[in-house]
Amino acid sequence: MRQPRRLCRQSTCILRSKKYRAGICFLLPSLLGVTIFVLIPFADVIRRSFAATITETWVRLSNYAAVFQNYAFQLAAKNTLRFVAVCIPLLILISLAAAVFLHRQIYGHYVKTAFLLPMAIPTASVVLLWKILFHENGLLNGSLSKLGISGADWMNTNYAFWILAVVYIWKNLGYTIVLWMAGLASISADIYDAAKVDGAGEWKIFTKITVPCLLPVLYMITVLSFLNSFKVFREAYLVAGDYPHESMYLLQHLFNNWFTDLSLDKMAAAAVIVALVILILILMLQRVWDREEKK
Amino acid sequence: MGRKVAFLVLIITALIVCYPILFILAGSFMGEAEIKNYLLPMLTDSDAFVTWQLIPEMPTLRYYVELLLDSPEFFRMFWNSVKLVVLILAGQLAAGVPAAWALAKMKLPFPRALLFLYIILMMMPFQVTMLSNYLVLDTLKLLDTHSAIILPAVFSTFPVFIMHRFFSSVPEALLEAARIDGAGELLIFVHIGIPLGSGGIISAMMLGFLEYWNLIEQPLTFLKTKSLWPLSLYLPNISLENAGIAFVSSVAAFIPALLIFIGGQDYLEQGIVASALKE
Repeated sequence: MRQPRRLCRQSTCILRSKKYRAGICFLLPSLLGVTIFVLIPFADVIRRSFAATITETWVRLSNYAAVFQNYAFQLAAKNTLRFVAVCIPLLILISLAAAVFLHRQIYGHYVKTAFLLPMAIPTASVVLLWKILFHENGLLNGSLSKLGISGADWMNTNYAFWILAVVYIWKNLGYTIVLWMAGLASISADIYDAAKVDGAGEWKIFTKITVPCLLPVLYMITVLSFLNSFKVFREAYLVAGDYPHESMYLLQHLFNNWFTDLSLDKMAAAAVIVALVILILILMLQRVWDREEKK
Repeated sequence: MGRKVAFLVLIITALIVCYPILFILAGSFMGEAEIKNYLLPMLTDSDAFVTWQLIPEMPTLRYYVELLLDSPEFFRMFWNSVKLVVLILAGQLAAGVPAAWALAKMKLPFPRALLFLYIILMMMPFQVTMLSNYLVLDTLKLLDTHSAIILPAVFSTFPVFIMHRFFSSVPEALLEAARIDGAGELLIFVHIGIPLGSGGIISAMMLGFLEYWNLIEQPLTFLKTKSLWPLSLYLPNISLENAGIAFVSSVAAFIPALLIFIGGQDYLEQGIVASALKE
Protein backbone atom coordinates (compact mmCIF):
# COMPACT_ATOMS: atom_id res chain seq x y z
CA MET A 1 0.00 0.00 0.00
CA ARG A 2 2.81 2.37 0.78
CA GLN A 3 4.33 2.54 -2.65
CA PRO A 4 1.33 3.79 -4.70
CA ARG A 5 0.47 6.22 -1.97
CA ARG A 6 3.83 7.90 -2.14
CA LEU A 7 3.59 8.09 -5.92
CA CYS A 8 0.21 9.65 -5.59
CA ARG A 9 1.55 12.23 -3.21
CA GLN A 10 4.32 13.18 -5.59
CA SER A 11 2.20 13.59 -8.69
CA THR A 12 -0.74 15.30 -7.08
CA CYS A 13 0.91 17.23 -4.30
CA ILE A 14 -0.82 20.38 -5.45
CA LEU A 15 -4.25 18.77 -5.35
CA ARG A 16 -3.50 17.16 -2.00
CA SER A 17 -2.10 20.16 -0.17
CA LYS A 18 -4.59 21.52 2.27
CA LYS A 19 -3.74 25.10 1.39
CA TYR A 20 -5.25 24.82 -2.08
CA ARG A 21 -7.94 22.22 -1.49
CA ALA A 22 -10.92 24.55 -0.97
CA GLY A 23 -9.98 26.84 -3.84
CA ILE A 24 -9.60 23.95 -6.25
CA CYS A 25 -12.96 22.50 -5.23
CA PHE A 26 -14.58 25.84 -6.07
CA LEU A 27 -12.83 26.21 -9.39
CA LEU A 28 -12.94 22.59 -10.54
CA PRO A 29 -16.44 22.34 -12.05
CA SER A 30 -15.78 25.35 -14.25
CA LEU A 31 -12.21 24.39 -15.14
CA LEU A 32 -13.26 20.84 -15.96
CA GLY A 33 -15.97 22.12 -18.30
CA VAL A 34 -13.54 24.50 -19.96
CA THR A 35 -11.03 21.69 -20.41
CA ILE A 36 -13.57 19.31 -21.95
CA PHE A 37 -15.38 21.79 -24.16
CA VAL A 38 -12.55 24.11 -25.14
CA LEU A 39 -9.00 23.15 -24.30
CA ILE A 40 -8.90 19.49 -25.37
CA PRO A 41 -10.89 20.01 -28.59
CA PHE A 42 -8.80 23.04 -29.48
CA ALA A 43 -5.63 21.00 -29.02
CA ASP A 44 -7.22 18.56 -31.47
CA VAL A 45 -7.87 21.46 -33.86
CA ILE A 46 -4.20 22.45 -33.71
CA ARG A 47 -3.24 18.84 -34.49
CA ARG A 48 -5.71 18.73 -37.37
CA SER A 49 -4.35 21.96 -38.79
CA PHE A 50 -1.19 20.02 -39.64
CA ALA A 51 -3.01 16.98 -41.02
CA ALA A 52 -5.16 16.07 -44.04
CA THR A 53 -8.89 15.79 -43.28
CA ILE A 54 -9.70 12.27 -44.34
CA THR A 55 -6.46 10.32 -44.28
CA GLU A 56 -5.23 12.19 -41.19
CA THR A 57 -1.70 12.03 -42.55
CA TRP A 58 0.85 14.61 -41.52
CA VAL A 59 0.97 17.40 -44.11
CA ARG A 60 3.07 19.94 -42.22
CA LEU A 61 2.20 23.50 -43.23
CA SER A 62 0.30 22.77 -46.43
CA ASN A 63 -3.09 23.53 -44.85
CA TYR A 64 -1.78 26.93 -43.81
CA ALA A 65 -0.42 27.52 -47.29
CA ALA A 66 -3.78 26.52 -48.76
CA VAL A 67 -5.60 28.93 -46.45
CA PHE A 68 -3.35 31.87 -47.26
CA GLN A 69 -3.63 31.18 -51.00
CA ASN A 70 -7.40 30.75 -50.88
CA TYR A 71 -9.18 33.63 -52.62
CA ALA A 72 -12.18 33.47 -50.26
CA PHE A 73 -9.86 33.68 -47.24
CA GLN A 74 -8.01 36.65 -48.67
CA LEU A 75 -11.30 38.37 -49.40
CA ALA A 76 -12.81 37.60 -45.98
CA ALA A 77 -9.65 38.55 -44.09
CA LYS A 78 -9.31 41.75 -46.13
CA ASN A 79 -12.96 42.69 -45.48
CA THR A 80 -12.70 41.89 -41.80
CA LEU A 81 -9.52 43.98 -41.46
CA ARG A 82 -10.98 46.81 -43.52
CA PHE A 83 -14.11 46.72 -41.41
CA VAL A 84 -12.05 46.99 -38.24
CA ALA A 85 -9.83 49.75 -39.64
CA VAL A 86 -12.81 51.86 -40.69
CA CYS A 87 -15.33 51.20 -37.94
CA ILE A 88 -13.26 51.27 -34.79
CA PRO A 89 -11.78 54.78 -35.24
CA LEU A 90 -15.23 56.04 -36.27
CA LEU A 91 -16.93 54.42 -33.30
CA ILE A 92 -14.28 55.67 -30.87
CA LEU A 93 -14.42 59.27 -32.07
CA ILE A 94 -18.21 59.52 -32.21
CA SER A 95 -18.66 57.91 -28.80
CA LEU A 96 -15.93 60.06 -27.22
CA ALA A 97 -17.58 63.24 -28.48
CA ALA A 98 -20.94 62.08 -27.16
CA ALA A 99 -19.51 60.96 -23.80
CA VAL A 100 -17.53 64.16 -23.16
CA PHE A 101 -20.70 66.06 -23.77
CA LEU A 102 -23.15 63.84 -21.89
CA HIS A 103 -20.79 63.63 -18.94
CA ARG A 104 -21.67 67.14 -17.80
CA GLN A 105 -25.36 67.19 -18.72
CA ILE A 106 -28.09 66.84 -16.11
CA TYR A 107 -30.28 64.86 -18.48
CA GLY A 108 -27.30 63.00 -19.91
CA HIS A 109 -28.45 59.82 -18.23
CA TYR A 110 -31.64 59.64 -20.32
CA VAL A 111 -29.84 60.28 -23.57
CA LYS A 112 -27.33 57.59 -22.63
CA THR A 113 -30.22 55.16 -22.13
CA ALA A 114 -31.38 55.90 -25.65
CA PHE A 115 -27.92 55.12 -27.03
CA LEU A 116 -27.66 51.93 -24.98
CA LEU A 117 -31.02 50.58 -26.12
CA PRO A 118 -29.84 49.12 -29.47
CA MET A 119 -27.59 46.78 -27.52
CA ALA A 120 -30.69 45.17 -26.02
CA ILE A 121 -32.59 44.78 -29.30
CA PRO A 122 -32.22 41.26 -30.66
CA THR A 123 -30.67 41.34 -34.11
CA ALA A 124 -33.53 39.29 -35.44
CA SER A 125 -36.06 41.92 -34.39
CA VAL A 126 -34.59 44.65 -36.56
CA VAL A 127 -33.64 42.60 -39.59
CA LEU A 128 -37.01 43.50 -41.04
CA LEU A 129 -36.16 47.19 -40.79
CA TRP A 130 -32.75 46.80 -42.45
CA LYS A 131 -34.41 44.91 -45.30
CA ILE A 132 -37.09 47.56 -45.82
CA LEU A 133 -34.68 50.46 -45.36
CA PHE A 134 -31.98 49.33 -47.77
CA HIS A 135 -34.00 47.57 -50.47
CA GLU A 136 -33.66 48.92 -54.01
CA ASN A 137 -37.21 50.26 -53.74
CA GLY A 138 -36.88 50.78 -50.02
CA LEU A 139 -37.33 53.65 -47.59
CA LEU A 140 -33.84 55.11 -47.92
CA ASN A 141 -34.00 55.37 -51.70
CA GLY A 142 -37.52 56.74 -51.37
CA SER A 143 -36.35 59.53 -49.07
CA LEU A 144 -33.36 60.26 -51.30
CA SER A 145 -35.49 60.48 -54.41
CA LYS A 146 -37.64 63.10 -52.72
CA LEU A 147 -34.46 65.14 -52.29
CA GLY A 148 -33.68 64.57 -55.96
CA ILE A 149 -30.78 62.19 -55.29
CA SER A 150 -30.79 58.86 -57.04
CA GLY A 151 -30.13 56.01 -54.63
CA ALA A 152 -28.44 52.67 -55.08
CA ASP A 153 -29.11 48.99 -54.60
CA TRP A 154 -27.45 49.23 -51.21
CA MET A 155 -27.11 45.58 -50.29
CA ASN A 156 -25.84 44.42 -53.67
CA THR A 157 -23.13 46.97 -54.36
CA ASN A 158 -20.01 48.13 -52.52
CA TYR A 159 -22.28 50.21 -50.30
CA ALA A 160 -23.13 46.97 -48.46
CA PHE A 161 -19.89 47.34 -46.53
CA TRP A 162 -20.86 50.81 -45.36
CA ILE A 163 -24.34 49.71 -44.38
CA LEU A 164 -22.74 47.09 -42.17
CA ALA A 165 -20.46 49.77 -40.68
CA VAL A 166 -23.45 51.97 -39.82
CA VAL A 167 -25.27 49.04 -38.21
CA TYR A 168 -22.19 48.17 -36.16
CA ILE A 169 -21.82 51.74 -34.90
CA TRP A 170 -25.54 51.96 -34.18
CA LYS A 171 -25.36 48.83 -32.07
CA ASN A 172 -22.11 49.54 -30.18
CA LEU A 173 -22.33 53.29 -29.62
CA GLY A 174 -24.02 52.99 -26.22
CA TYR A 175 -21.58 50.36 -24.95
CA THR A 176 -18.63 52.56 -25.86
CA ILE A 177 -20.21 55.73 -24.46
CA VAL A 178 -20.70 53.98 -21.11
CA LEU A 179 -17.01 53.03 -21.09
CA TRP A 180 -15.86 56.54 -21.94
CA MET A 181 -18.14 58.04 -19.30
CA ALA A 182 -16.75 55.70 -16.66
CA GLY A 183 -13.28 56.84 -17.67
CA LEU A 184 -14.32 60.49 -17.50
CA ALA A 185 -15.90 60.01 -14.08
CA SER A 186 -12.61 58.65 -12.75
CA ILE A 187 -10.75 61.91 -13.51
CA SER A 188 -10.81 63.94 -10.33
CA ALA A 189 -12.47 67.34 -10.46
CA ASP A 190 -9.51 68.91 -8.65
CA ILE A 191 -7.30 68.68 -11.73
CA TYR A 192 -9.89 70.51 -13.78
CA ASP A 193 -10.32 73.19 -11.14
CA ALA A 194 -6.57 73.70 -10.92
CA ALA A 195 -6.32 74.03 -14.70
CA LYS A 196 -9.16 76.55 -14.77
CA VAL A 197 -7.50 78.61 -12.03
CA ASP A 198 -4.37 78.64 -14.18
CA GLY A 199 -6.48 80.04 -17.00
CA ALA A 200 -6.51 77.07 -19.37
CA GLY A 201 -9.20 77.10 -22.08
CA GLU A 202 -11.72 74.33 -22.76
CA TRP A 203 -9.80 72.90 -25.69
CA LYS A 204 -6.50 73.01 -23.85
CA ILE A 205 -8.05 71.25 -20.84
CA PHE A 206 -9.45 68.59 -23.18
CA THR A 207 -6.18 67.89 -24.99
CA LYS A 208 -3.82 68.24 -22.02
CA ILE A 209 -5.87 66.65 -19.23
CA THR A 210 -8.86 64.70 -20.47
CA VAL A 211 -7.21 62.85 -23.36
CA PRO A 212 -4.08 61.71 -21.45
CA CYS A 213 -6.21 60.54 -18.52
CA LEU A 214 -8.41 58.55 -20.90
CA LEU A 215 -5.57 56.74 -22.67
CA PRO A 216 -5.81 53.49 -20.67
CA VAL A 217 -9.56 53.42 -21.34
CA LEU A 218 -8.83 53.92 -25.02
CA TYR A 219 -6.77 50.72 -25.18
CA MET A 220 -9.54 48.79 -23.51
CA ILE A 221 -12.22 50.24 -25.77
CA THR A 222 -10.18 49.43 -28.85
CA VAL A 223 -9.79 45.78 -27.89
CA LEU A 224 -13.43 45.34 -26.85
CA SER A 225 -14.68 47.07 -30.00
CA PHE A 226 -12.46 44.78 -32.04
CA LEU A 227 -13.96 41.73 -30.38
CA ASN A 228 -17.51 43.02 -30.74
CA SER A 229 -16.82 43.70 -34.41
CA PHE A 230 -16.92 39.94 -35.04
CA LYS A 231 -20.58 39.99 -34.05
CA VAL A 232 -21.68 42.05 -37.08
CA PHE A 233 -21.75 38.71 -38.84
CA ARG A 234 -25.23 38.33 -37.35
CA GLU A 235 -26.57 41.35 -39.17
CA ALA A 236 -24.75 40.48 -42.37
CA TYR A 237 -26.02 36.91 -42.30
CA LEU A 238 -29.61 37.66 -41.36
CA VAL A 239 -29.99 40.38 -43.97
CA ALA A 240 -28.01 38.87 -46.83
CA GLY A 241 -27.63 35.13 -46.15
CA ASP A 242 -24.71 32.76 -46.78
CA TYR A 243 -23.30 34.56 -49.79
CA PRO A 244 -23.75 38.32 -49.35
CA HIS A 245 -22.27 40.98 -51.62
CA GLU A 246 -18.55 40.36 -51.60
CA SER A 247 -17.72 43.63 -49.86
CA MET A 248 -19.32 42.24 -46.70
CA TYR A 249 -18.13 38.64 -46.92
CA LEU A 250 -16.58 38.14 -43.48
CA LEU A 251 -14.45 35.44 -41.89
CA GLN A 252 -17.48 33.89 -40.19
CA HIS A 253 -19.19 33.47 -43.59
CA LEU A 254 -16.10 31.69 -44.81
CA PHE A 255 -15.96 29.39 -41.77
CA ASN A 256 -19.65 28.54 -42.22
CA ASN A 257 -19.15 27.72 -45.88
CA TRP A 258 -16.09 25.59 -45.19
CA PHE A 259 -18.08 23.84 -42.49
CA THR A 260 -20.83 23.05 -45.00
CA ASP A 261 -18.22 21.72 -47.46
CA LEU A 262 -16.55 19.76 -44.64
CA SER A 263 -13.19 21.42 -45.37
CA LEU A 264 -12.19 20.77 -41.80
CA ASP A 265 -8.45 20.98 -42.53
CA LYS A 266 -8.72 24.53 -43.82
CA MET A 267 -11.05 25.43 -40.94
CA ALA A 268 -8.54 24.12 -38.43
CA ALA A 269 -5.66 26.09 -39.92
CA ALA A 270 -7.73 29.28 -40.20
CA ALA A 271 -9.01 28.90 -36.62
CA VAL A 272 -5.42 28.68 -35.38
CA ILE A 273 -4.47 31.77 -37.41
CA VAL A 274 -7.38 33.84 -36.05
CA ALA A 275 -6.71 32.61 -32.51
CA LEU A 276 -3.06 33.66 -32.82
CA VAL A 277 -3.94 37.14 -34.04
CA ILE A 278 -6.32 37.58 -31.12
CA LEU A 279 -3.83 36.16 -28.65
CA ILE A 280 -1.28 38.77 -29.71
CA LEU A 281 -3.93 41.45 -29.18
CA ILE A 282 -4.73 40.17 -25.71
CA LEU A 283 -1.05 40.11 -24.75
CA MET A 284 -0.89 43.77 -25.72
CA LEU A 285 -3.96 44.44 -23.59
CA GLN A 286 -2.47 42.56 -20.68
CA ARG A 287 0.65 44.72 -20.84
CA VAL A 288 -1.46 47.86 -20.62
CA TRP A 289 -3.36 46.43 -17.67
CA ASP A 290 -0.15 45.54 -15.87
CA ARG A 291 1.30 48.97 -16.50
CA GLU A 292 -1.85 50.47 -15.00
CA GLU A 293 -1.50 48.32 -11.94
CA LYS A 294 2.03 49.52 -11.28
CA LYS A 295 0.97 53.16 -11.29
CA MET B 1 -25.87 78.80 -26.59
CA GLY B 2 -23.43 76.44 -28.30
CA ARG B 3 -24.07 73.89 -25.58
CA LYS B 4 -27.81 73.99 -26.14
CA VAL B 5 -27.36 73.40 -29.87
CA ALA B 6 -25.01 70.51 -29.22
CA PHE B 7 -27.46 68.99 -26.76
CA LEU B 8 -30.22 69.29 -29.34
CA VAL B 9 -28.00 67.51 -31.88
CA LEU B 10 -27.44 64.73 -29.35
CA ILE B 11 -31.15 64.34 -28.68
CA ILE B 12 -31.89 64.17 -32.38
CA THR B 13 -29.16 61.54 -32.78
CA ALA B 14 -30.65 59.62 -29.87
CA LEU B 15 -34.04 59.67 -31.58
CA ILE B 16 -32.50 58.38 -34.80
CA VAL B 17 -30.84 55.64 -32.78
CA CYS B 18 -34.25 54.68 -31.35
CA TYR B 19 -36.02 54.94 -34.71
CA PRO B 20 -35.75 51.20 -35.49
CA ILE B 21 -37.79 50.38 -32.38
CA LEU B 22 -40.51 52.86 -33.24
CA PHE B 23 -40.52 51.55 -36.80
CA ILE B 24 -41.08 47.94 -35.74
CA LEU B 25 -43.68 48.95 -33.15
CA ALA B 26 -45.62 50.94 -35.74
CA GLY B 27 -45.61 48.00 -38.12
CA SER B 28 -46.93 45.65 -35.47
CA PHE B 29 -50.13 47.70 -35.07
CA MET B 30 -50.93 47.92 -38.78
CA GLY B 31 -53.55 45.91 -40.59
CA GLU B 32 -52.87 43.74 -43.61
CA ALA B 33 -54.04 46.27 -46.17
CA GLU B 34 -51.99 49.11 -44.71
CA ILE B 35 -48.74 47.10 -44.59
CA LYS B 36 -49.26 45.74 -48.11
CA ASN B 37 -49.93 49.25 -49.30
CA TYR B 38 -46.66 50.58 -47.87
CA LEU B 39 -44.46 47.65 -48.81
CA LEU B 40 -45.94 46.97 -52.27
CA PRO B 41 -42.92 48.39 -54.16
CA MET B 42 -40.69 45.74 -52.55
CA LEU B 43 -43.04 42.87 -53.34
CA THR B 44 -43.57 43.72 -56.99
CA ASP B 45 -41.23 44.95 -59.67
CA SER B 46 -41.96 48.63 -59.83
CA ASP B 47 -40.19 51.97 -59.84
CA ALA B 48 -42.07 53.28 -56.82
CA PHE B 49 -40.59 53.39 -53.34
CA VAL B 50 -41.66 52.04 -49.99
CA THR B 51 -43.30 54.59 -47.70
CA TRP B 52 -43.89 54.37 -43.97
CA GLN B 53 -45.82 56.00 -41.12
CA LEU B 54 -44.73 55.90 -37.51
CA ILE B 55 -48.39 56.19 -36.47
CA PRO B 56 -50.64 53.62 -38.16
CA GLU B 57 -53.67 55.06 -39.90
CA MET B 58 -55.94 52.33 -38.64
CA PRO B 59 -54.29 50.76 -35.59
CA THR B 60 -55.32 47.18 -35.00
CA LEU B 61 -54.37 44.34 -32.69
CA ARG B 62 -55.24 41.80 -35.35
CA TYR B 63 -51.76 40.32 -35.72
CA TYR B 64 -51.19 40.27 -31.97
CA VAL B 65 -54.33 38.16 -31.61
CA GLU B 66 -53.26 35.96 -34.49
CA LEU B 67 -49.83 35.48 -32.89
CA LEU B 68 -51.32 34.60 -29.51
CA LEU B 69 -54.07 32.30 -30.72
CA ASP B 70 -52.98 30.85 -34.00
CA SER B 71 -49.23 30.40 -34.31
CA PRO B 72 -47.99 27.24 -32.56
CA GLU B 73 -44.73 27.52 -34.48
CA PHE B 74 -43.91 30.89 -32.94
CA PHE B 75 -44.55 29.57 -29.47
CA ARG B 76 -42.35 26.56 -29.99
CA MET B 77 -39.45 28.83 -31.03
CA PHE B 78 -40.18 31.24 -28.21
CA TRP B 79 -40.00 28.44 -25.64
CA ASN B 80 -36.88 27.08 -27.28
CA SER B 81 -35.28 30.47 -26.69
CA VAL B 82 -36.52 30.65 -23.11
CA LYS B 83 -35.31 27.13 -22.38
CA LEU B 84 -31.87 27.77 -23.85
CA VAL B 85 -31.37 31.06 -22.02
CA VAL B 86 -32.64 29.82 -18.65
CA LEU B 87 -30.56 26.64 -18.70
CA ILE B 88 -27.43 28.43 -19.90
CA LEU B 89 -27.70 31.11 -17.21
CA ALA B 90 -28.47 28.53 -14.50
CA GLY B 91 -25.43 26.52 -15.54
CA GLN B 92 -23.26 29.63 -15.58
CA LEU B 93 -24.40 30.43 -12.05
CA ALA B 94 -23.70 26.94 -10.78
CA ALA B 95 -20.24 26.59 -12.32
CA GLY B 96 -19.24 30.23 -12.70
CA VAL B 97 -19.98 31.90 -9.37
CA PRO B 98 -17.80 29.55 -7.26
CA ALA B 99 -15.07 29.68 -9.92
CA ALA B 100 -15.09 33.48 -9.92
CA TRP B 101 -14.91 33.53 -6.13
CA ALA B 102 -12.01 31.06 -6.14
CA LEU B 103 -10.11 33.14 -8.70
CA ALA B 104 -10.73 36.34 -6.75
CA LYS B 105 -10.36 35.36 -3.12
CA MET B 106 -9.08 31.83 -2.58
CA LYS B 107 -5.63 30.30 -2.64
CA LEU B 108 -4.97 28.61 -5.97
CA PRO B 109 -1.86 27.27 -7.64
CA PHE B 110 -0.83 29.54 -10.56
CA PRO B 111 -3.62 32.08 -9.95
CA ARG B 112 -2.40 34.57 -12.55
CA ALA B 113 -2.01 31.96 -15.25
CA LEU B 114 -5.51 30.61 -14.58
CA LEU B 115 -7.06 34.06 -14.77
CA PHE B 116 -5.16 34.80 -17.96
CA LEU B 117 -6.44 31.57 -19.47
CA TYR B 118 -10.01 32.64 -18.68
CA ILE B 119 -9.43 36.06 -20.24
CA ILE B 120 -7.99 34.58 -23.43
CA LEU B 121 -10.91 32.18 -23.80
CA MET B 122 -13.54 34.83 -23.19
CA MET B 123 -12.19 36.87 -26.07
CA MET B 124 -12.22 34.17 -28.73
CA PRO B 125 -14.98 34.73 -31.30
CA PHE B 126 -17.17 31.86 -32.44
CA GLN B 127 -15.17 31.26 -35.62
CA VAL B 128 -12.20 30.17 -33.49
CA THR B 129 -14.15 27.77 -31.27
CA MET B 130 -16.57 26.58 -33.96
CA LEU B 131 -14.59 23.57 -35.16
CA SER B 132 -13.45 22.54 -31.67
CA ASN B 133 -17.05 22.77 -30.41
CA TYR B 134 -18.17 20.66 -33.33
CA LEU B 135 -15.54 17.99 -32.67
CA VAL B 136 -16.41 17.61 -29.00
CA LEU B 137 -20.18 17.71 -29.58
CA ASP B 138 -19.81 15.09 -32.29
CA THR B 139 -17.79 12.86 -29.95
CA LEU B 140 -20.39 13.22 -27.21
CA LYS B 141 -23.23 12.60 -29.74
CA LEU B 142 -24.86 15.89 -28.80
CA LEU B 143 -25.17 17.45 -32.26
CA ASP B 144 -28.68 18.58 -33.17
CA THR B 145 -29.82 18.70 -29.54
CA HIS B 146 -30.27 21.70 -27.28
CA SER B 147 -27.36 20.46 -25.18
CA ALA B 148 -25.09 21.31 -28.12
CA ILE B 149 -25.91 24.98 -27.53
CA ILE B 150 -26.23 24.89 -23.75
CA LEU B 151 -23.12 23.00 -22.61
CA PRO B 152 -20.43 25.05 -24.39
CA ALA B 153 -22.21 28.26 -23.31
CA VAL B 154 -22.39 27.17 -19.65
CA PHE B 155 -18.60 27.05 -19.59
CA SER B 156 -18.15 30.43 -21.25
CA THR B 157 -15.50 32.27 -19.26
CA PHE B 158 -16.95 35.74 -19.80
CA PRO B 159 -19.37 35.70 -16.81
CA VAL B 160 -16.61 34.25 -14.60
CA PHE B 161 -14.40 37.19 -15.54
CA ILE B 162 -17.10 39.81 -14.88
CA MET B 163 -18.00 38.30 -11.49
CA HIS B 164 -14.31 38.00 -10.63
CA ARG B 165 -13.95 41.77 -11.06
CA PHE B 166 -16.74 42.39 -8.55
CA PHE B 167 -15.58 39.74 -6.06
CA SER B 168 -12.08 41.22 -6.10
CA SER B 169 -13.37 44.42 -4.55
CA VAL B 170 -14.69 42.62 -1.45
CA PRO B 171 -12.41 43.85 1.37
CA GLU B 172 -9.88 41.25 2.50
CA ALA B 173 -10.19 42.37 6.15
CA LEU B 174 -13.78 41.17 6.22
CA LEU B 175 -12.74 37.67 5.15
CA GLU B 176 -9.89 37.63 7.67
CA ALA B 177 -12.29 38.58 10.46
CA ALA B 178 -14.64 35.77 9.44
CA ARG B 179 -11.78 33.27 9.33
CA ILE B 180 -10.65 34.28 12.82
CA ASP B 181 -14.20 33.69 14.01
CA GLY B 182 -13.82 30.18 12.68
CA ALA B 183 -15.94 30.41 9.53
CA GLY B 184 -15.14 27.83 6.85
CA GLU B 185 -14.54 28.72 3.19
CA LEU B 186 -18.04 27.66 2.17
CA LEU B 187 -19.64 29.75 4.89
CA ILE B 188 -17.58 32.80 3.89
CA PHE B 189 -18.56 32.35 0.25
CA VAL B 190 -22.28 32.03 1.01
CA HIS B 191 -22.55 34.73 3.68
CA ILE B 192 -20.01 37.30 2.52
CA GLY B 193 -19.04 36.61 -1.09
CA ILE B 194 -22.46 36.13 -2.66
CA PRO B 195 -24.21 39.06 -0.92
CA LEU B 196 -21.36 41.51 -1.53
CA GLY B 197 -20.80 40.33 -5.10
CA SER B 198 -24.47 40.16 -6.03
CA GLY B 199 -24.14 43.24 -8.23
CA GLY B 200 -21.54 41.44 -10.30
CA ILE B 201 -23.61 38.28 -10.52
CA ILE B 202 -26.62 40.25 -11.76
CA SER B 203 -24.46 42.20 -14.25
CA ALA B 204 -23.02 39.00 -15.67
CA MET B 205 -26.47 37.43 -15.96
CA MET B 206 -27.86 40.50 -17.74
CA LEU B 207 -25.06 40.61 -20.29
CA GLY B 208 -25.54 36.87 -20.67
CA PHE B 209 -29.26 37.19 -21.25
CA LEU B 210 -28.79 39.76 -24.02
CA GLU B 211 -26.15 37.55 -25.62
CA TYR B 212 -28.05 34.27 -25.49
CA TRP B 213 -31.44 35.69 -26.39
CA ASN B 214 -29.67 36.74 -29.57
CA LEU B 215 -28.02 33.42 -30.50
CA ILE B 216 -27.40 33.07 -34.23
CA GLU B 217 -24.11 31.37 -35.05
CA GLN B 218 -24.31 28.40 -32.68
CA PRO B 219 -27.83 27.14 -33.53
CA LEU B 220 -27.12 27.79 -37.20
CA THR B 221 -24.12 25.47 -37.01
CA PHE B 222 -25.24 22.82 -34.55
CA LEU B 223 -29.02 22.51 -34.97
CA LYS B 224 -30.23 20.95 -38.21
CA THR B 225 -33.80 20.33 -37.03
CA LYS B 226 -35.74 23.54 -37.48
CA SER B 227 -38.18 22.80 -34.67
CA LEU B 228 -35.27 23.12 -32.24
CA TRP B 229 -34.32 26.61 -33.41
CA PRO B 230 -34.50 29.59 -31.09
CA LEU B 231 -36.57 32.62 -32.00
CA SER B 232 -33.51 34.64 -32.99
CA LEU B 233 -32.77 32.31 -35.88
CA TYR B 234 -36.37 31.60 -36.87
CA LEU B 235 -37.63 35.19 -37.04
CA PRO B 236 -35.72 36.35 -40.13
CA ASN B 237 -37.16 33.39 -42.04
CA ILE B 238 -40.65 34.87 -42.01
CA SER B 239 -41.03 36.29 -45.50
CA LEU B 240 -42.18 39.78 -46.32
CA GLU B 241 -45.40 38.29 -47.68
CA ASN B 242 -46.32 37.75 -44.03
CA ALA B 243 -44.96 41.11 -42.90
CA GLY B 244 -47.74 41.60 -40.35
CA ILE B 245 -46.85 38.48 -38.42
CA ALA B 246 -43.14 39.26 -38.83
CA PHE B 247 -43.56 42.66 -37.18
CA VAL B 248 -45.53 41.30 -34.25
CA SER B 249 -43.07 38.44 -33.73
CA SER B 250 -40.21 40.93 -33.78
CA VAL B 251 -41.89 42.93 -31.04
CA ALA B 252 -42.56 39.77 -29.05
CA ALA B 253 -38.89 38.78 -29.29
CA PHE B 254 -37.84 42.25 -28.24
CA ILE B 255 -40.09 42.57 -25.17
CA PRO B 256 -38.19 40.19 -22.83
CA ALA B 257 -34.91 41.88 -23.71
CA LEU B 258 -36.48 45.31 -23.16
CA LEU B 259 -37.87 44.32 -19.76
CA ILE B 260 -34.48 43.05 -18.64
CA PHE B 261 -32.88 46.22 -19.94
CA ILE B 262 -35.30 48.56 -18.14
CA GLY B 263 -35.13 46.53 -14.94
CA GLY B 264 -31.39 46.48 -14.70
CA GLN B 265 -29.81 49.24 -16.76
CA ASP B 266 -27.52 50.19 -13.87
CA TYR B 267 -26.29 46.62 -13.49
CA LEU B 268 -25.81 46.42 -17.24
CA GLU B 269 -23.65 49.54 -17.19
CA GLN B 270 -21.65 48.22 -14.23
CA GLY B 271 -21.09 45.01 -16.13
CA ILE B 272 -19.92 46.87 -19.22
CA VAL B 273 -17.53 48.95 -17.15
CA ALA B 274 -16.25 45.87 -15.32
CA SER B 275 -15.44 44.26 -18.65
CA ALA B 276 -12.95 46.99 -19.43
CA LEU B 277 -11.72 49.03 -16.51
CA LYS B 278 -9.26 48.21 -13.83
CA GLU B 279 -10.18 49.62 -10.44
